[in-house]
Amino acid sequence: MTTMSTPANGASELLDLAAGVFLLAAVAILWLRDVAAQTRLLAVQGSALAAMAVVLGAEQAHPELYAVAAGVGLLRAVVLPALLRRAVNARAADRETRPLLNVGASLLTAAALVLLAYAVAQPLVRLEATAAARALSVGLSVVLIGLLVLVTRRNALAQVVGFLLLDNGITAIAFLAAAGVPLLVELGVSFDLLLVVLVLRVLTTRMRAVFGSADLDDLRELRD
Amino acid sequence: MTALMLLVPLAAPLLAALVYAVFGWRRATAHAGTAGAALVLADAIALAVRVMRRGSAEILGGWLRADPLAAFMLLGIGTIGLLACAASPAYLAAHGNAHDGQRQGAREGAGATRRYGMLVSGFLAAMATAVLAGNLGLAWIAIEATTIVTAFLVGHAGTRQALEAAWKYTVICSVGIALALLGIIVLYAAARHAGLGESSALEYTALINHARTLDPAVTRMAVALMILGFGAKAGLVPLHAWLPDAHSQAPAPVSALMSGVLLPVAFSQVLRVTAIGNAVLGTGFTRTLLLIMGLGSLALAALLLIAQRDYKRMLAYSTMEHMGLITVGAAIGTRLALAAILLHIAGHGLAKAVAFITSGHILSAEGTTRIDQVKALGARQPVLAGIFGCALLALLGFPPFSLFASELALARSGFAAHLGWPTAAAFALVLLAFAALAAHAARMLLGDPDHDPVVDARPAAPGVLGLITRTPLITALVAVAVLGITAWPISSLINTAAQTGHR
Repeated sequence: MTTMSTPANGASELLDLAAGVFLLAAVAILWLRDVAAQTRLLAVQGSALAAMAVVLGAEQAHPELYAVAAGVGLLRAVVLPALLRRAVNARAADRETRPLLNVGASLLTAAALVLLAYAVAQPLVRLEATAAARALSVGLSVVLIGLLVLVTRRNALAQVVGFLLLDNGITAIAFLAAAGVPLLVELGVSFDLLLVVLVLRVLTTRMRAVFGSADLDDLRELRD
Repeated sequence: MTALMLLVPLAAPLLAALVYAVFGWRRATAHAGTAGAALVLADAIALAVRVMRRGSAEILGGWLRADPLAAFMLLGIGTIGLLACAASPAYLAAHGNAHDGQRQGAREGAGATRRYGMLVSGFLAAMATAVLAGNLGLAWIAIEATTIVTAFLVGHAGTRQALEAAWKYTVICSVGIALALLGIIVLYAAARHAGLGESSALEYTALINHARTLDPAVTRMAVALMILGFGAKAGLVPLHAWLPDAHSQAPAPVSALMSGVLLPVAFSQVLRVTAIGNAVLGTGFTRTLLLIMGLGSLALAALLLIAQRDYKRMLAYSTMEHMGLITVGAAIGTRLALAAILLHIAGHGLAKAVAFITSGHILSAEGTTRIDQVKALGARQPVLAGIFGCALLALLGFPPFSLFASELALARSGFAAHLGWPTAAAFALVLLAFAALAAHAARMLLGDPDHDPVVDARPAAPGVLGLITRTPLITALVAVAVLGITAWPISSLINTAAQTGHR
């Protein structure tokens, strides 16, 4: 495409907006300690992800993406955050997390991770110089921030939030780099994700019953 | 006919799971899982013959595909699945009752055994899907499904330690496998850019055939992520932390399945990804990555084996050691090395399954998993100690067991491929692990029972293993020895399968 028409420009601006919201939600999750607030941000991020899919579907005249966007939006903006929120509300004591890194250090690390993601994404961006490909580093940043949340939070539910961040990042990369994976694969992946979150929820409930909390610092019996 | 052969390994265990779901775990249904595993094994033999005679087969538009490597892995799933399912009723009878009285009523105990039956059969079906998958997407879905079904199996005992192990297992494996998904997506983007169609861009054969058109920088990123991710599920450094906990806390037959088949199944994906990576990038990149992961796993396992106090954890670290050695073999990557690691996977899987199942019997006889509290087992429980001892001798690499032959072949191929230093380092670490394992085993099995206050204070243990429990374990050990002497009847299958990942 040598001549960019106005609607395409509009689309790429919308895409950048959605990607910006997507990244900001991840940073805000890192910033906040209240798991209930984190689940609300996760819903916002899920909506941004669905919006990205819609914009890409419109831009690339790829109607299958609308259906995928609807499914992704339902799963990641509604079902998964709702599952988590119910688990959070079940016990008020688990709402606050005590991260291993304080807020300042977390945000600085996140900034470094965004830069790293930008550098690492370059081969993929060079592959196809579209607006979507340029936004790829956002997806990779969210993957890395999700890993950071997983490593630094010692609360079971906060770790689930980190895992979902990681997975949202991966889905965003799938949309931005390749306009989504084949539909059957996407369905299978989403179903697996839903089941993993359910498994983790059941385990959290059992841990509360046995340990009296969902604090992973209590998990210290198995070591060498 | 071919379609049936490819569908039975998925359908038979699912049917067994359905039987447990509907009828629960009773005397009549207890061996439904065993029947399902036996069907998988019979089908795997037929499929291996079919693949050797007439080449690879695929159905459902390439979603399911049987090549020699898949047939070989399926044989492993059938054999070790049969061993583990056959051992399950005895294990549940010995450990279920104590656990019912402690934590829950008989009703919930029945729920727990029903769930156990369903999940073990589901586990077999998921692994069969993973090896028969014709594309990376389906393989990923199936391997993630194994995490989902085994999470509750690891936490089956319901104790603090079991829950801790289940949590670590689910989180670490899901994150690892998520990285693999990222790799798959990146590779898909590269393949689409190279002009492959939507359905063929994740197929192994299509990817290898179009290797020259894939962008090298993007493929390098994808292959690294996939090897790291599937490597997590194979218990390799750096995402290995779940392995000792999950293996030590899971019920013994489940540990046998995880150690003997789940890890190799995940590793077969590493082999397939390595083949794609080599086709695009040449051998250097994957070789370096696999050497680092293999030697790292070996070193960590050997060091942690030395100070081990729990015999189930000891077996878990021994598994990690063997997976490390297998990874070094994959890094060498010549046809001889790949044939050797497949033989090693077969021998290790059988011997380790026997060792884990026997460890469950030792636990019910001795009431402890601590190495220093099990003494002079050889004099008190000769059959149990004999089987456990023989399994350990096989794992240590003594002839006539096949691990001797495969380790020898690995060493030879390493030097032949001019990888003298890494091979020497790997075998030095194997030697260290050998010494640690042999010392622990000697403390458990040998000694004089008469003058031991710890053992004397223990109530008289239930007698030796019954014939039905004993026979499959001894048969499996004999099979490992036969494999070591002749590699019959799977030598041609192994040699053909080794071409799948051949450089």
